[in-house]
Amino acid sequence: MRLIPGDIIDLMLAQNDIATGQDRAAIEAALGLNQSLVAQYFSWIGAALTGDLGNSLWQNVPVVDQLAATLPITFELGLLAMIVALSVALPIGTYSAMRQDTAGDYISRSFSLLMLAIPSFWLGTLVMVFPSVWWRWSPELNYIPFTEDPLQNLKHMLVPAVLLGLSMSAVTMRMTRTMMLEVMRQDYIRTARAKGLSESLLVLRHAVRNGLIPVVTLIGLQAPLLIGGAVILEQIFVVPGMGLLLLEAVFQRDYPVVSGVFLIVGVGVLLINLLVDLSYGLLDPKVRHQ
Amino acid sequence: MSTRAAELVSAPISSKSSWPIIDFTRRLVRDKPLGAAGGLIFLIFLFCGIFADIIAPYGINDTDLHRRLEAPSLSFPLGTDHLGRDVLSRILYGAQLSMVVAFLAAGLATIISIVLGLASGYFGGKVDMIIQRMVDAWMTFPDLVLLIVVVSVVGPGVPQIIIILGLLYGIAGSRIVRGSVVSVKENMYTHAAQSMGGRNLYILRRHILPNVMPVVIVLFTTRIGAVILAEAGLSFLGLGVPPPAPTWGSMLSGTGRTYMYLGPWLALAPGLCLTIVVYSINVYGDALRDLLDPRMRGR
Repeated sequence: MRLIPGDIIDLMLAQNDIATGQDRAAIEAALGLNQSLVAQYFSWIGAALTGDLGNSLWQNVPVVDQLAATLPITFELGLLAMIVALSVALPIGTYSAMRQDTAGDYISRSFSLLMLAIPSFWLGTLVMVFPSVWWRWSPELNYIPFTEDPLQNLKHMLVPAVLLGLSMSAVTMRMTRTMMLEVMRQDYIRTARAKGLSESLLVLRHAVRNGLIPVVTLIGLQAPLLIGGAVILEQIFVVPGMGLLLLEAVFQRDYPVVSGVFLIVGVGVLLINLLVDLSYGLLDPKVRHQ
Repeated sequence: MSTRAAELVSAPISSKSSWPIIDFTRRLVRDKPLGAAGGLIFLIFLFCGIFADIIAPYGINDTDLHRRLEAPSLSFPLGTDHLGRDVLSRILYGAQLSMVVAFLAAGLATIISIVLGLASGYFGGKVDMIIQRMVDAWMTFPDLVLLIVVVSVVGPGVPQIIIILGLLYGIAGSRIVRGSVVSVKENMYTHAAQSMGGRNLYILRRHILPNVMPVVIVLFTTRIGAVILAEAGLSFLGLGVPPPAPTWGSMLSGTGRTYMYLGPWLALAPGLCLTIVVYSINVYGDALRDLLDPRMRGR
């Protein structure tokens, strides 16, 4: 039910103008744009249920094919970014909580606030411009599929993934810190400490596992952010993913493609949230027993 | 300066002292020096934006093709771009545009959040259910994707951007207002007012709204940063404020990009301004939140 992008599709269809200046009516008829908006919407929904998202208005290839080609690329970018984000956020967030109000804590908190403020497109631009001006080095911009040359592919994806991951790490880091602070004040931590458990075991076995649950929720909430960030970074680093597809479709008024991407994004976000809900059981035995 | 910072945000709260603004500023400077500094820096940018017409040494579209891509110098403190336009002047006018969009869109967003949050939180039941499910659906989609699609439909332009950003952040923010309305609603004085036969509108205005105001003020502050970033992102993609208006986002994109290799300073100033403005308002918002709303501390 959450997936019905009805009003937006109606709006999009209401505004369609194919700028060829030729026989408008004929083109409209060919593309099925001459039917009423409601009829178009319902035929779209009907077809979508059977896995047919229509053809691109410009390239006359099925939207499903376009999505199938671009989705894995964006998925890879997102996955890499998530790995970067977590491997930055979790250790630093935990460290920050363990050393609350020390210089290290202030530095890492300022860093996370700064990452929230720096626009990723600016960071991307800097990475493109300055190394090339100073050292004649520029990031890889030719996309090579992972299956053809994994190393070359990763070389291309690494820079946008790191940038995306860093911008995502900010919120996760803050959340990790807050949760760790809260957990460390619990009675069972005091008990564990009293029985002489070493600090590192205490943190790893007792604190992190309990503190992590809200952080996992946050990862689910950040999924839309990831996709939004991917749109910009894919454009800068010419990654032929779904973000780039969406942008091109928007500029060309290619409605079936836009709706298709929209649908996939909605389903994707729902799936990620479902996975997050399921992962509670793994992380928290209390949930499993209920 | 920082007196005005507090004036901007603390005016609606409080009645303890005859000069609550000064009290509050004093508290801010004493307890949260970093936050106060953030507020001050933001005010400087606001000031630059308001008086851009007076401060800017050149017009935004004064082109001088003999002086293209000049490195920063005394006559052009931030250099010139590929059309020989002064970057500093464009940055200042960009600040103006950013501030206009930020205040109007964040204001609109806050109003929408208040209305939805009050209705949803206070009336509860079916109203709450319907509003919250719609908010759910709305929040499934990534901000930027939603923005791109809507802008592509209504076309780029300042009023459109303000309305879309206002709607986007307003709907998402209604959750936060709702949460605090739900807790205020259970207070004794609300029940007392209800049992005395107070009309809903009266109770909302007199009892609920003043008590959720701290949350609303913090929400407004944090939204300013988010809106500035979102507008810049859209302009960067070519979907924001249409050229030749100088926005920080569009200065980093489009034709300017190809010239950055010849004049790297073109890539620096707009992004740096964006970062500083958003950073300072976020730090200020954080400090404000700690002072006004202890429950949200550190979140």
